[in-house]
Amino acid sequence: MSGPERSMRTPLGRVRHHGAAGEGTGHFIAQRWTAIALALLAPWFVVNAALSIGGGSYTAVIDFLTDPVNAVGVMLLVAVSFYHMALGMQEIIADYIHKPFSKISLLLLNAFVPFVLAAGAVFAVLLVNFGA
Amino acid sequence: MAGVRPDQRPISPHVSIWRWHVTMASSILHRATGFGLYVAALGLALWLMAAAAGPQMYEPLMAFLMGPLGQIALYLIVAAIAYHLANGIRHLVFDTGAGLAPSEADTTAWFVILFAIAVPIGLWALLTFGGVR
Repeated sequence: MSGPERSMRTPLGRVRHHGAAGEGTGHFIAQRWTAIALALLAPWFVVNAALSIGGGSYTAVIDFLTDPVNAVGVMLLVAVSFYHMALGMQEIIADYIHKPFSKISLLLLNAFVPFVLAAGAVFAVLLVNFGA
Repeated sequence: MAGVRPDQRPISPHVSIWRWHVTMASSILHRATGFGLYVAALGLALWLMAAAAGPQMYEPLMAFLMGPLGQIALYLIVAAIAYHLANGIRHLVFDTGAGLAPSEADTTAWFVILFAIAVPIGLWALLTFGGVR
């Protein structure tokens, strides 16, 4: 209502509880442990997928995904990489998008889209293994 | 700051006065490859869902991926993964406080860039001449 110049509150009182979200450390740690996990999962997937299904046939991809180790590996890859990339994109949005509406919209989109597609991808792997 | 002449102080980043650094490129590339891999990962999810949906969904997607545009995209994705992986490890080392001296950071940045160039060539050579398929 009244501007800060009119207020009786001290500068400290005005900024307290309006600052950082207080979750930066959690973001930092999550970014790192997912990075370490992906440093193993990503090369594993690229090399194995290229060697097994590089030919491009449909049966090759089904054979690849019905191997239990590959199925678990791909589901882990999807879960961890989608978490990692949502964290990274959150950082990019926070750095470059400043208009409140655009920022909040993109942050929400970034929170939802990876979750939806990760769920779909994990379900797809399960469907290939256990579906009709 | 008394006694220190202004021209001896470090100059803060200035819009029009700067010199190209490989560490600068490596930082920008890390974010750029991360952004690209975000899109690629969404593609990975769609690819898995197409595989689960059956051949009639999967075959057109695979025809695209085996075509020239798809192969270029896959080649760039492999390069981006190699870059983001190697530079990510470089940053994990940075987090420990090691490797931050300009000369070390320059060397490792060049190494990461060369790694990202070499990996897709190596994988392509393995698939083409390795006799695996």
